[in-house]
Amino acid sequence: MARSLAVPTARSLSTARAAWLPKRWYIHALLWLAIGIIGFPLFYALTVSTQTNAQVFRYQLTPGNNLIVNWNLVMGDRFLWLYMLNSFGMAVSIAIGKTLLSLLAGLAFVYFRFPGKWLVFGFVLLTLMMPTEVIFIALFRFVSNLEMPAYLNLVVPFLASATGTFLFRQHFASIPAELSEAAQLDGATPLDYLFRVLVPISWNTIGALVVIQFLYAWNMYLWPRMIITSQETQVVQVGLRTLLAVETGVSYGPLMLAAVLASIPPVLIFVLLQKQFMSGFSLTRDK
Amino acid sequence: MTTSQIQIVGTLLLAALIGAGVMAQAFQQARRPLWLGIIIGAALGTAGALLLQAPLNFCTFDPERDTGQFIFGLILSALGMAALLLPARWLAVNGLAGLSAGQATHGVFRGRLTPWLLLLPTLAVLVLFLYYPFIDTFRLSTLVASRTRSAFICVENFTDLASDSLYLDSVLRTFVFSGAIVLVGLALALAIAVLAFQPIKGAAIYRTLLIWPHAISPVVAGVIFRLMFNPQGGVINFFTESFIGVRFPWLNDPNYAPFVVIGAAIWTQLGFNILFYLAGLQSIPKDLVEAAAIDGANSWQRFWSIMLPLLSPITFFLIVTNVTFSFFDTFGAIDYLTEGGPVNATTTMIYNVFDTQRQNLGLGKAAAQSIILFLLVVAITVIQFRTTERNVNYGA
Repeated sequence: MARSLAVPTARSLSTARAAWLPKRWYIHALLWLAIGIIGFPLFYALTVSTQTNAQVFRYQLTPGNNLIVNWNLVMGDRFLWLYMLNSFGMAVSIAIGKTLLSLLAGLAFVYFRFPGKWLVFGFVLLTLMMPTEVIFIALFRFVSNLEMPAYLNLVVPFLASATGTFLFRQHFASIPAELSEAAQLDGATPLDYLFRVLVPISWNTIGALVVIQFLYAWNMYLWPRMIITSQETQVVQVGLRTLLAVETGVSYGPLMLAAVLASIPPVLIFVLLQKQFMSGFSLTRDK
Repeated sequence: MTTSQIQIVGTLLLAALIGAGVMAQAFQQARRPLWLGIIIGAALGTAGALLLQAPLNFCTFDPERDTGQFIFGLILSALGMAALLLPARWLAVNGLAGLSAGQATHGVFRGRLTPWLLLLPTLAVLVLFLYYPFIDTFRLSTLVASRTRSAFICVENFTDLASDSLYLDSVLRTFVFSGAIVLVGLALALAIAVLAFQPIKGAAIYRTLLIWPHAISPVVAGVIFRLMFNPQGGVINFFTESFIGVRFPWLNDPNYAPFVVIGAAIWTQLGFNILFYLAGLQSIPKDLVEAAAIDGANSWQRFWSIMLPLLSPITFFLIVTNVTFSFFDTFGAIDYLTEGGPVNATTTMIYNVFDTQRQNLGLGKAAAQSIILFLLVVAITVIQFRTTERNVNYGA
């Protein structure tokens, strides 16, 4: 952007474009075209969420008059708010729990000497090759035998993270050793040092991990689809199915409204915290 | 000795020989004592051959097993050997120095027990919810199993899969889907990122308007695309009919449904890919591009010969993440769009695991399929590590 300011105005006047067109108007046009195509599915979903089925099948691309009816159906009959609340509880618990456990593990790996450290670190890193999707058959058998409350079934299996541990190990290792030496001279315990010194200077890294894990957990689907059987404890990604399974045929308005509402928290967080999101990735990338 | 005992001993001897050869070569290359390499190699080779065979009690060598299972047994021995010998070879050549690169020990705090207490929660969760199910998956894969009963059937689940054309189709389909998602998705993302990278007014706004779909879950993409591509009431058919006068049977037809699944996947990944390509473009040194411009390279040449090669580490990272996404995360979109149909046209490997598990006797088969998926994940991870090692200087 700095460069476009530096371009002398005389040059832009000499080009053939009309005065009311912005500089490089064709790039703006192409970008708006891309934005339009990328945004169309959401625009369509938003439109349909205000319509009746009759309006949908008339291909009406303007807002309909059925939003309140759809809203009442989604929130009243179909418990969407409950699913969203469950999703929120799960996503926040996973994001915070994972971050906390990763902080503790990172502290152990960087600030302690103990026998077999490399072995333990390798043991943690090796789990990168075991995504839930590869083990879910056995995990399902194991977890359903534990008979934990549904909320714990959703959260506990995902509390440990090789990525998070690695992230904090790298981050702590980049902090000057003088800091921890000074803390020890002051007689600080490891946990004092972690929460009074490390955490306050690590908010960027912590934020990155929390954002990524929240998005990941909110959008998680296969596991809740397997393990959650009751409506009261269901998460929103799976709960949308109840709007598909209607005897009288699908009502598209409520379905789209629910899909849009289910996307508001992750989209907001992603758009507002995109910098944190990116930095989390560039930090974990150079393993 | 019986024939099967002779075969077992023969296999182990061969394994020891191969192991000795591999490690001897590695030790020679690293100028370490050759005899040590031979001994370590022979031991590791034998151990590798035993790694997967011993838990199976060498059942593939039983006389009543057919040739297919016998050959699969040999493949298992080879896999076990690879699992032990390849890391050992890497260690022998690169030494422990390779491992401790970026050694991160400040080692200030004292205490024998404290580090273990700090690690306890992480290790407990990993052991209970990752390692245990992982090993249990292997055990399950040797069983014909339902919720109520199970029986050991050696490697039959695997050899059955090898001749199951529906399964082989799903493997091929998974690769084709990933290829399409990666190729089309990355090409689109790069084109849009190059446009959005141009020095224009409002670049930050454009960027946000382009990347938000990444936060949309595959499930929601599936829900929206299901209506858009509904053959009767879907808006896409309204467009195609208005503009080219044709309606397509989209989700009802095995020839068209895959395109909808691939389209939904590309849509959800597009924002992520654009975001990383933009970051990659920003990290290209400006003077390099300007120097080329002064030398008379036009913008097309500058793109092909300077920017694209410099973006290759990002491209590689995106290929790996998009392949993983296609393998696993498309599950939600498929489950909402087509449930694997019509006529299995959108059943990918992960969907097949899920489907098989739902059948009463399918647990063992589903576990066997999970292990094949796991091997693919290992392959992707190994490729990723090997390549990033080489490209590490680029950094992003």
